[in-house]
Amino acid sequence: MSLLNVLNIAGSALSAQSLRLNTTASNLANADSVVSSNGQAYRAKQVVFQAVPMGGPEAQGVQVSRVVEDTSPPRLQYDPKNALANADGYVSMPNVNVVEEMVNMISASRSYQNSVEMMNTAKTLMQKTLTIGQ
Amino acid sequence: MTSPLDDSLRFQQTALNLRANRQQVLASNIANADTPGYKARDMDFKSALQDALHGNTTGAPLQLARTDTSHLSGQATDSATSALLYRTETQSAVDGNTVNMDIERGQFAENTVQYEASLNFVTNFLKTMQNALSS
Repeated sequence: MSLLNVLNIAGSALSAQSLRLNTTASNLANADSVVSSNGQAYRAKQVVFQAVPMGGPEAQGVQVSRVVEDTSPPRLQYDPKNALANADGYVSMPNVNVVEEMVNMISASRSYQNSVEMMNTAKTLMQKTLTIGQ
Repeated sequence: MTSPLDDSLRFQQTALNLRANRQQVLASNIANADTPGYKARDMDFKSALQDALHGNTTGAPLQLARTDTSHLSGQATDSATSALLYRTETQSAVDGNTVNMDIERGQFAENTVQYEASLNFVTNFLKTMQNALSS
């Protein structure tokens, strides 16, 4: 039934958007992490969305195909007293752009809300369909 | 077997099916609002309904005539799928996505109301019939 598939599509969008929100949270939390798990400064991570067919060619859900690292150079901060400073006295800070991340966060949360509304509408329609002939 | 009752219900039933299908297409558009390169799709409801009513989709899909067993068995795609069109872009995005959330949400709401209208038509038709039978 096509209406049930709307729930699947909206569900895929919800999980994809929440992963995007998760990535944003991770980026914002680590905006000042000079050392990450690989010993280098933390690099901003971004998700890449991809459309996936769901039970038919006309129904396209969404999934996160991969998570990529921002390749832009780290932000250099002059702090000669820091133990991690290089020979010139600069510390490599994460390349997280806080403003960009905030915009990303709002965009993800709006898309999430849209998907929730979509689910509610589909649910209402299905409930009404069940009352045919009553 | 088709009775007059069947025929009267078939129109609304077909319309409901198509509306549900369109709801799915619009849901895909909204879900993929942030997918790079995704092209928004929609159907021409009027022509899709006419196609469906004139038997272009009822029964098995069209098949290629095979005069030899080694021939490929081609099958026509469901006309509900082939009737899908691409939406005209209003504001282009850098990532090639053509979903305009305002339009999609509007169409989604419109389709919902139309679906409910069809449901009401069916329910009221059935009520009329029940009244006719009980009186």
